[in-house]
Amino acid sequence: MNGVEGFMYPNEIALQWSVLIVLYPFITGLVAGAFILASLERVFNVQAVKPTYRLALLTALAFLLVAPLPLQLHLGHPERSLEMYFTPHRSSAMAMFGFVYLWYLMAVLVAEIWLDFRKDIVLTHLASKGPKRLLYWVMALGSTNISKRALHIDERLGYIITVIGIPSAFLLHGYVGFIFGSIKANPWWSSPMMPVVFIFSAMVSGVAAVLLLYMATTKLRKLPIDMRCVDTIAQYLFYIFIIDFSLEMIDLIHRIYEADESFSSLDFMVHTKLFFSQIVLQIVLGTLVPLLLLLLTQVIKLPEMARKAIYVTSGSLILISVFAMRWNVVIGGQLFSKSFLGYTTYKMELVTREGLLMAIALSILPFVFLWILVKLLPPWPKEEHAAAD
Amino acid sequence: MNLTRRHFMVLLPAAAVAWESVLAGTPAAAPNYKLTDHWWGMLIDISKCIGCGNCVRACQTENDVPDGFFRTWVERYHVTDTNLERPQVISPDGGKGGFPIAAEDEGKYFFVPKLCNHCVDSPCTQVCPVGATFISPDGVVLVDQSYCLGCAYCVQACPYGCRYIHPEKHSADKCTLCYHRITKGLNTACCENCPTGARQLADLKDPNDPIHAFLKTHAVQVLKPQMATTPKVFYNQLDGSVR
Amino acid sequence: MNLFKDVGHLFRFVALFIVGTLVILGLRAAFTPRSFGQYGHYRGAALGDIAAHPVHFAGHQACEVCHADVAETKAKGKHAHVNCEACHGAQARHAYDFTNGSATIKPVLPDTAVLCARCHAASAAKPKSFPQVNAADHSGGVPCQTCHQPHSPAIAAGDAK
Repeated sequence: MNGVEGFMYPNEIALQWSVLIVLYPFITGLVAGAFILASLERVFNVQAVKPTYRLALLTALAFLLVAPLPLQLHLGHPERSLEMYFTPHRSSAMAMFGFVYLWYLMAVLVAEIWLDFRKDIVLTHLASKGPKRLLYWVMALGSTNISKRALHIDERLGYIITVIGIPSAFLLHGYVGFIFGSIKANPWWSSPMMPVVFIFSAMVSGVAAVLLLYMATTKLRKLPIDMRCVDTIAQYLFYIFIIDFSLEMIDLIHRIYEADESFSSLDFMVHTKLFFSQIVLQIVLGTLVPLLLLLLTQVIKLPEMARKAIYVTSGSLILISVFAMRWNVVIGGQLFSKSFLGYTTYKMELVTREGLLMAIALSILPFVFLWILVKLLPPWPKEEHAAAD
Repeated sequence: MNLTRRHFMVLLPAAAVAWESVLAGTPAAAPNYKLTDHWWGMLIDISKCIGCGNCVRACQTENDVPDGFFRTWVERYHVTDTNLERPQVISPDGGKGGFPIAAEDEGKYFFVPKLCNHCVDSPCTQVCPVGATFISPDGVVLVDQSYCLGCAYCVQACPYGCRYIHPEKHSADKCTLCYHRITKGLNTACCENCPTGARQLADLKDPNDPIHAFLKTHAVQVLKPQMATTPKVFYNQLDGSVR
Repeated sequence: MNLFKDVGHLFRFVALFIVGTLVILGLRAAFTPRSFGQYGHYRGAALGDIAAHPVHFAGHQACEVCHADVAETKAKGKHAHVNCEACHGAQARHAYDFTNGSATIKPVLPDTAVLCARCHAASAAKPKSFPQVNAADHSGGVPCQTCHQPHSPAIAAGDAK
């Protein structure tokens, strides 16, 4: 019967949460990860990664602006979504997340970007004419004070905001993990590990994304890549990935060992329906291969070309792996019956509101936003502008 | 139920007028119904269910349930050996058209009607982000379809699979325990149409309700007790193999 | 005063927050339904909305008002606990829509060939104590009401309709 094997409760046969709901944690994960990379320089004084600081912040903002879109497209009544702010149900993780999102967007990301870019915004405003001058005046909130004292206050405040931002980033993506992890009805999701695994895989994906973006944009601007920067990023990526891998392995080993009532059904599902996405993509190609490649760069002194190739390959595989992980959690959690007696199939449509084409469009949109942000607030140091000319 | 026939004949002209609005579905507070006097549940006797599917059909008729979705459904179990972990279960179109004839063998068969359990500690109402689903003061878990966002979080959170997103209304939908009937002193559509009395509506707050005597004299079970949702649908003779 | 000048831009940023919060609070006051919170974290009026759903099954008490004779026959037989609409279908319109003292809608009698088999076709899945037959063996496939009166279906030994 239409893609069902074994027995499923009649209402369970069609999946409720589509590929758009897979995209959503992937996007918010990139936001959290990019921000953590930015905080490495700002709070932990890892000077080597400074070239990526502003780019990481803009990347985070670009993705955060796109994040609500898959959710809105999924809702049966998107016009009612403001109800989450008017009558939030305090026992619902989803409702509380609306406030976490707003906090992170405004009080952390926009605040930090504004404080860091403010001098450039004011200078651009003063040097422009016409509508551009007005735009930058609005962005400066009508203040042109860039005295040494004001900038110093901005810098101190930015530091404090980044410090608050780190747990906020954890909260942002940990909450998404909790939205799944708190559902006792679903044994694939229900786990105290879920928020932690989500946070660490988010960090991995965000750091990999910024690494790739930095290498790509530097190449596009025909400038030499700062190897000290990418070597440092890759090192952090390697260590965070080891932690992420360990966490996921703990979850797996625990499940296999305890083998509770859901185990045989879930085990069968992983070996059949999720074989390609979980075993091949997420674990082998997406985790073991990049870990080995990155390990290579940590123990052997490789030439620059080899390191660059490894960083690009590993970074790309990691992004695929983290997307696959979100897929395996969201879609995988709906493929098996809560009776543990059967499985269904995800029929992803092509051109509907929640179809594949929409998912692809939403994946491209953040880069469009990033391009606009880079044009509005160039993250590159002024000296490099001159060198490029 | 509480109304005697004579009572009803006296009320008939007045009832006819009230029924006009009832048939039309216009909002009207049901007379003499106090929310706090009731705490609704149901008793399902597995030993009496014959899998005729009348309840599923009646529910669809009464509540305009769309095809392919189920506010109630019946499962048929076939337990063939001592391994309670692997029963064979079918529910063809939710049991709406009955079940195929089964051939005699060493195993045992039985039917399990299922519906929303109207849990006291329901995980579905816990996760609703806006308060569109809730438990009423008289114990019925309901969905406010004009407030629901259709996010399907409640559908994911229900351990029993009793919820779905209505394909036309795009909001969550499920068994309402025929709230529009029980608040007027009528029986639910499923219980009214069950020919064997396998399904019986129960008012746990009514001291005269037969469920109290039944619970005292029978070993009853609930579905998935480990979920600690405190369901109010009680099963008599529920086999250990039931999921 | 000098310090104040150098943090002026920060006050503007905070002002954004305050304006935003006020806007949300204003929208909330305007758009939250009046009855929200009446009984709990939900719209109290929803109870009335849900209770207003139209009724399709009249319920056996309604049938018994007019069809007392059938009710009496049924009450003495094996189908005592089978309610009228379980076989006759939803009849709320028939029960309450009157023209000149009689019902406007005349219900269509159910087809026993399909109806009776739903419950009484023999299957190993049904409880052993439940009366069930294989129609071909039992009656050669003749319509059930040839021998059985549906309202009191049991046939005493030696008796036939």
